[in-house]
Amino acid sequence: MRAPWTGRPRATWRDRLAPLALFAIIIGVWYFVSLVVLDRDRRFLLPSPDSVVRVAFLDGHNLTQLLRALWLSASVALIGLGVSIVLGMAVAIAMSQARWIERSVYPYAVILQTIPTLAMVPLIGFWFDYGFLSRVIVCVLIALFPVISSTLFGLKSVDQGMLDLFRLHRIPRWRRLVSLQLPAAMPATFAGFQVSAGLSVVGAVVGDFFFKQGKPGIGVLIDLYRARLLSQQLFGAVILASLLGVVVFTFFGWLSRLVTGRWYGAETP
Amino acid sequence: MRHHIWTYSNESVKNGAPPRDNDAGGPAGDLAPALVTFTGVEKSYPDGTQALAPVDLTVRDGEFVSIVGASGCGKSTLLRLASGLTTATAGTVSPSTDRISHVFQDPTLLPWRSVRRNVETLAELTGTPRAEYRPRAAEVIDLVGLGGFERHRPRSLSGGMRMRVSLARSLVLSPDLFLLDEPFGALDEISRERLGDELLRLFELRRFGAALFVTHSVAEAVYLSTRVLVMSPRPGRMVAEFAIPFGFPRPAELRFREDFTRLTAAVSRRLRDGDGQTA
Repeated sequence: MRAPWTGRPRATWRDRLAPLALFAIIIGVWYFVSLVVLDRDRRFLLPSPDSVVRVAFLDGHNLTQLLRALWLSASVALIGLGVSIVLGMAVAIAMSQARWIERSVYPYAVILQTIPTLAMVPLIGFWFDYGFLSRVIVCVLIALFPVISSTLFGLKSVDQGMLDLFRLHRIPRWRRLVSLQLPAAMPATFAGFQVSAGLSVVGAVVGDFFFKQGKPGIGVLIDLYRARLLSQQLFGAVILASLLGVVVFTFFGWLSRLVTGRWYGAETP
Repeated sequence: MRHHIWTYSNESVKNGAPPRDNDAGGPAGDLAPALVTFTGVEKSYPDGTQALAPVDLTVRDGEFVSIVGASGCGKSTLLRLASGLTTATAGTVSPSTDRISHVFQDPTLLPWRSVRRNVETLAELTGTPRAEYRPRAAEVIDLVGLGGFERHRPRSLSGGMRMRVSLARSLVLSPDLFLLDEPFGALDEISRERLGDELLRLFELRRFGAALFVTHSVAEAVYLSTRVLVMSPRPGRMVAEFAIPFGFPRPAELRFREDFTRLTAAVSRRLRDGDGQTA
């Protein structure tokens, strides 16, 4: 009777061209400030795009240094994100199952989110030393809350009629969780993963600034380049760190569409 | 539970002899076993609103009982009491079966499951063996006219088709008592009539023992039912009861017959008198 819903409407030329145009404008402004506004002595404040690419990415030594650090930061971010996802979902599921758990735990989840991470840094250093583990912990502190709050929101968003139906037929609680609440929560949960994925990269870089034992992550390099006024490398490091964030963010968006795309989204009337 | 098949379907069907007002059930209805009995049931909410004034009601096997009444008169509450989703403040609700299914105005489907898996949901999750529910679901899907749509997801279905999925999901469980809470309330007129016909056919096929059907539409109630109850506005109580004299199977043309419209008019009048002061 009705053709299955096939996807979003096709992109127009404007949808395709506008992002490219904006990108060109940004690069143009960058060049303008670097080459016209700044005189030669102060150009290190904003080196031109081509010099950043030349020094940071086309120089073998610099590139290797950057990629090694990126790899380390990526592992911190991904481990931190993994821990946040497992821990956050477990906490959210527990909270969704009983109101007394939610009422007892939620305040701490909020504190976790609102306490300045910097305030925790000295303590984390005391307790867990100044290496890899502490970086991961900072990462988790930053990335955990969105997983908890969005999963909890998703679990509680289940249609009341559906819950009535499950209650009427005396379907066990764990089956309700597995077959109803968790799938229903998926769109919200994945949105939380996506936010946390971006934050986990922030956490990994921030952690680097304080916990410098062991091999350097991208944050350590950023601090180093800043101190030595190596502005091309500094920009290169910032660009790579942002790219890492964009990659994990995009990956979770893609994963979300893969998992929920066939049923979640606009409904046909 | 399914032995009484239309003992009363042969009786005076023709000529639309005006039904007796406040008639307590069809003649043969008294013989069939009661599936649920309400005795002096009242319902008030914690804020003091009284939803139901004392209600007495018995639904017997083989009956199709419709309840018509204004919005908020407690019709839905009555169904929720019957299925145990809510409890009475006073009086007793005694169901004599635990095979009770409830269909809501919203089809409440699982959007991530296909039509087939949605129809199977309740049977599957209540622990029915797959070998048992799978063929039954396939049969019911055909029966409600969803054959060929097994693999579709709810969002690619029309409102009427979603409601068919919802009906099928309950019918897989072969309910003794089928509670229907304005199931067609959100549908357009044509889908509404078509689904009414389908529901009637399922009833004639004895796919469920008895129905307690809540609706705004008097014509729909008269067309589907063996008995129509009129409820007053809040606090809801039964102000009139009409035995519907038409036999089964009922042709769609019944809707245009003079005796049908006369009966519908009589029910509508009682509905309009509403508070029952005139009854």
